[in-house]
Amino acid sequence: MKWAMGLAVAVLLALPAVLSGYAVTIFVLIFFYAFLAQAWNIVGGYAGQLSAGHAAFVGIGGYTSALLFEKGVTPWIGMFAGGALAAVLGAVVGYLGFRFGLRGFYFVLLTVAFAEICRILASNVEAVGGAVGLYITFTGNPRQFQFQDQRAYYYIALVMMLLATGVAALIERRRFGIYLTAIREDETACQALGVDVLKYKLLAMVVSSFLAGMGGTFYAFQNFSLQPGAVFGIPLSVEIVIRPIIGGAGTLLGPILGSFILTPLGEVSRSYFGQSGLHGAHLIVYGVLLITVVLFMPQGAYPFLRRLFKRA
Amino acid sequence: MTEPEAISNRPPTLQAEQALLSISGLSKRFGGLQAVNDLSFSVGEGEIVALIGPNGAGKTTAFALVSGFLTPDAGRVVFAGRDLRGRLPHQVNALGMARTFQIMRPFPRLTVVRNVMIATLGRHADPREAERRARAVLDEIGLGAKADLPAGGLTLAERKRLELARALGTEPRLLLLDEVMSGLTEAETERIVELVRTINRRGVAILLIEHVMRAVMSLAQRIVVLNYGERIAEGRPEAVANDPRVIEAYLGDEEVTRAPA
Repeated sequence: MKWAMGLAVAVLLALPAVLSGYAVTIFVLIFFYAFLAQAWNIVGGYAGQLSAGHAAFVGIGGYTSALLFEKGVTPWIGMFAGGALAAVLGAVVGYLGFRFGLRGFYFVLLTVAFAEICRILASNVEAVGGAVGLYITFTGNPRQFQFQDQRAYYYIALVMMLLATGVAALIERRRFGIYLTAIREDETACQALGVDVLKYKLLAMVVSSFLAGMGGTFYAFQNFSLQPGAVFGIPLSVEIVIRPIIGGAGTLLGPILGSFILTPLGEVSRSYFGQSGLHGAHLIVYGVLLITVVLFMPQGAYPFLRRLFKRA
Repeated sequence: MTEPEAISNRPPTLQAEQALLSISGLSKRFGGLQAVNDLSFSVGEGEIVALIGPNGAGKTTAFALVSGFLTPDAGRVVFAGRDLRGRLPHQVNALGMARTFQIMRPFPRLTVVRNVMIATLGRHADPREAERRARAVLDEIGLGAKADLPAGGLTLAERKRLELARALGTEPRLLLLDEVMSGLTEAETERIVELVRTINRRGVAILLIEHVMRAVMSLAQRIVVLNYGERIAEGRPEAVANDPRVIEAYLGDEEVTRAPA
């Protein structure tokens, strides 16, 4: 298994040499969304705490580094500030939810509410750009996290995806990760066995939101703009959540597989339906896929495929 | 074959003067129902005490109060010299008290050994060490062969053993067993009774809620009888069994079995 993954990484490293410019941008999206999906996976997949508002952390991270950039701070530092602020807010949301016993659906609502609050605040506070959002001056300077060549973003996004996966792998094998999988199954039984459930759920939330916040900087400096509706909105949260769920929440490769499946599909259907004027119809494709997964492989595509290959 | 450290690090002790668990004046009300009323009793180091009474007598509520899952309205719980007021369940467990649940709660999608590792990781943070100890406990309990199977696929009797194994994995000084014999055949009950005795011989005190009278009579050194949330009798098994108040409390309660089904 390990050598297969090593081979895959080697292939991915070599790909830009043979891909067209358009294909490279698709891969950038695949890797970037896989990164966010993996960040979500830590609290949503392993710990089982479904957050449908993770876009909030991406937005907070992005806005933080964009605003710092206006003040002359390089995004290479700004990304950590963004991640840290996102982590603090993740801890607040997590504490509000977990300490007061919000579980399942109610926690989902809390996270959605939080993301919406961020979006509304950002849209209405002129100091952070208001409804128009923030625009980032193009300098093309790598020291300011800006690159002329799309291939640079390709490699950065690839590294981010691998790093996030590495973090998840580390957590998975240690006590922290093992506790999370049990917390997902039965919190009360965990408490009876001496597990400080609140602490571990909060920790998962903090790690997850920190990573998502870091992703926000990449988002900001690759798009050169931040619009409140786009970066805090439900559509981005949906993109983040749907990949691990279809690929396999709580597994290491699920979020990555989910992104490899959904991102090209999303882009293709966006341009196909978009041409006929049916905007947003790519969501129908998402919906059909989701129903299929829930009906035939509820654990996700990766666990399903793994079991298939074990029998073969 | 057996490894003492797998179940308890403490050597067997004679019943000490100072009680391991001391409950005094414990009360809990739910709306109009006084579930537990001014309950007091104690469990000594290494003792086996049974808590019996008709359904609804407040036994499981008492367990929840003692182990930190519920906050009492009044009264004190002192365990190993410490007042448990305000402590969360996981903190109570860390002090050395483990409880099982009447409705079993395995982690169904985790393997059997992972289930027990959740317990052993508490005192052994290194997953490899935690796994080693978990397997040792499972061997002791008799589930060693099923260690790598998902817990959701176990039979009823096996799940009871798993519940026991998990509680033991936390290395308790006091084990709270909530109706661990219910639903078992005569042979299975006998095996669990023997297991509980073995655990007790290693120095773990046992407080058990039980309806299976055969098990209670053969295990308990002392019995506390509850009815309507109050203690109505306490003493050695023979004395309690013949107490008219106890007999009256049980009349009409079909749950009590003299000989298991």
